Amino acid sequence: MMKLSRSLLVLVASASLTITAWGKTPQSGGMINVAIQPEPPGLMLGLIQNAPTQRVAGNIYEGLLRYSTDLKPQPQLAQSWDISDDGMTYTFHLHDGVKWHDGQPFSADDVVFSADVFLRQTNPRTRMILQHVKSIQAPDPQTVVFQLKAPFPPFIQAFEVGTMPMVPKHIYEGTDFRSNPANNTPIGTGPFKFVKWDRGSVIQLAKNEDYYEPGKPYLDGIYWHVIPDAASRAAAYENGTLDVMPAGSVENFDIPRLSGLDNSCMTEKGNEYFNPFAMLWLNNREGPTRDARFRQAVMYAMDRDFAKNVLWNGLGNVAQGPFSTKLAAHDENIKGYPYDPDKAKALLDEMGYDGEPVRLLPMPYGETWTRWGEAIRQNLEAVGINVETEATDVAGWNQRISQWNYDIAFTYLFQYGDPALGIARTYISSNIAKGSPWNNVEGYRNPEVDQLFTEAAGMNDPDKRQALYHQIQHKLYDDVPVAWLMELGFPTIYRCNVHDLISTGIGLSDGFKNAWIEQ
Amino acid sequence: MNPMTTSFMARFAQNRGAMVGLLILALVLLLAVCAPLLYPESPWRMVQRPFLAPGEVAGFPLGTDTMGRDVAAGLAHGAWVSLLIGLVSTAVALSIGVPLGALAGYFGGRVDDVLMRLTEFFQTIPNFALAIVLVAILEPSTSSIVLAIAVVSWPPVARLVRGEFLSLKRREYVEAALLVGQRHRDIIIKQILPNALSPIIVLASLMVATAILLESSLSFLGLGDPDTMSWGYMIGAARTVMRQAWWLSVIPGVAILLTVLALNLVGEGLDDALNPQLARPRQ
Repeated sequence: MMKLSRSLLVLVASASLTITAWGKTPQSGGMINVAIQPEPPGLMLGLIQNAPTQRVAGNIYEGLLRYSTDLKPQPQLAQSWDISDDGMTYTFHLHDGVKWHDGQPFSADDVVFSADVFLRQTNPRTRMILQHVKSIQAPDPQTVVFQLKAPFPPFIQAFEVGTMPMVPKHIYEGTDFRSNPANNTPIGTGPFKFVKWDRGSVIQLAKNEDYYEPGKPYLDGIYWHVIPDAASRAAAYENGTLDVMPAGSVENFDIPRLSGLDNSCMTEKGNEYFNPFAMLWLNNREGPTRDARFRQAVMYAMDRDFAKNVLWNGLGNVAQGPFSTKLAAHDENIKGYPYDPDKAKALLDEMGYDGEPVRLLPMPYGETWTRWGEAIRQNLEAVGINVETEATDVAGWNQRISQWNYDIAFTYLFQYGDPALGIARTYISSNIAKGSPWNNVEGYRNPEVDQLFTEAAGMNDPDKRQALYHQIQHKLYDDVPVAWLMELGFPTIYRCNVHDLISTGIGLSDGFKNAWIEQ
Repeated sequence: MNPMTTSFMARFAQNRGAMVGLLILALVLLLAVCAPLLYPESPWRMVQRPFLAPGEVAGFPLGTDTMGRDVAAGLAHGAWVSLLIGLVSTAVALSIGVPLGALAGYFGGRVDDVLMRLTEFFQTIPNFALAIVLVAILEPSTSSIVLAIAVVSWPPVARLVRGEFLSLKRREYVEAALLVGQRHRDIIIKQILPNALSPIIVLASLMVATAILLESSLSFLGLGDPDTMSWGYMIGAARTVMRQAWWLSVIPGVAILLTVLALNLVGEGLDDALNPQLARPRQ
């Protein structure tokens, strides 16, 4: 352990050294090779919200805003914005001369179409946010006005590319969005254009020569390499084929070795906005998981410190409750469920669990997740729960969860900087709808919690807001609608001569527009 | 013991390779049978620090894997899984291949044409690819793996049995049985099949070896039963840490190698012992 922490120190030190390079003038040119794991199911960011999709498509599509590492809004497609004093009117002034990749001009109409029509239909999380919006209008081609029903302070955090990507109205209006053939050749406004996708091999993006920010992007293009095998990915980084290994593409036990190579840097930055939170969906509708005592037993049965230390190599934190400890709204008084198999057994006895098998759906995102599934199955079996593992691919996993066809299923969710954006969606009953793996798929219904979330979201007074969130956390803590696993550490490993790779709190998922290679 | 059996045993015992194979196989079988006694706890249990080298800590002669699971326990329980899948899938393959081959060979003509075209259809598809597709469609589980292996391995059996039947059905004792008025079913089962058994037994012993290899390959690719500790799974899971802990892949690899080698040796010994006329002279 001593050895490990020392090597981590060296890593941190070397990562901070690269910051000094920021003073240098960016150089144009060069292709960059990046690992993508697993292969995304599609690249149309308005339709698909898997993390690997956004990692690639965040270069093709753009949102109105991006967010700094301390979650302050920054201009993207919107050059500037005003929020009225009553917190009800958000006005965005769009960038001049923005064009879609097919040459059509981008205008306020596209924004209205994307937010009001497209995303309301296709993205359940955005739909939930837009419930606060009364109208979206374009008084002129460069201005968009969002009129809210009531104050909703977190609204300004919702304009990131994954939450509200701008999609071309001239391609999608009046079509069936999901079956539009254009989904295979995504058209956005971003710094890179889609070139081709050899399924199972490589996704190629090329520099958008007409990009509206002068001089950017610096790179000539990006190759996203699909290499399903972790050892081969690591070898490809070592032999120089790959330049960037985003979080999740390096197996955790390999992180110290790869980041210790020559000209290899590691950073945990670029994760602030998403703040990924791993958990287990527990089906609240049927089977043993329907009983809150069973769900509590699951929490007590899991040895999450083991998972952190062995599977995640000490990166990240064990979850203390429903809210990430990194969120301002987290209640310090909540001390997460400890590892206590005896208590778990007692709870199972109390409810009279009869050994009915429960199906466990691990996450098909690589070795670490497979091993984690095995560890948790073992933890559960140790307290007497019968577990059957069901292995699937990414598409099958999405489908099983969307159709509520599981008992226990792994997932990780982004926090999006605010409980109203990242957390409420998992627990409020109005967000129960078949067909999406990212809404309230566990089927938890608690009118009190619904009410508290609604109140908190609209509360302008930060202290009262905080108090409401504390109340919510205590209720969720007792009900255990889902099992909270870990706040994940998401390190990016890259060649040290690649600069400004991560310049926002959205990190790699926000595009490579500032990245450049020092020759 | 009757003289036939004694002479068979004597011939088998003359083949030193076959005896070694039999010995290894007996040891593997012993390991498999004793697994629940030696390691009554689940082999998935995380019992010690991960990545222990063999012998580093007392009580863990083969070390621990990436998650601190006892490799020796995995090996013992894996032996059971490998043998079970090998035997059951071979039995299933035989139960498909033998009747089809027997019918085709005995009746000939149109029956033969239909059955052999069907067999050829399966033979044209690469075994392993078909097995992967089947397991992927049926979702990985022990029964789907057994089924997949059986489906890809019955055609050689059918062809072999057909060949045997084609030559045996012209023998005088078959004609005699027909004259006496025995039914086709009785002739197939009671007259011809017992005489065709020896090549089937030899083939079956080799099929068990192939089945073990197939199961290991499927598990290695992550298509094994996720709830069963098998040797292929152990190699697949340890493959990514080959550089840090080579023994995690090598130990189950050697186990597979030895078992498959042993089955091949035994198969060869059986072949020699059952067909003394054809036995090759050995140095």
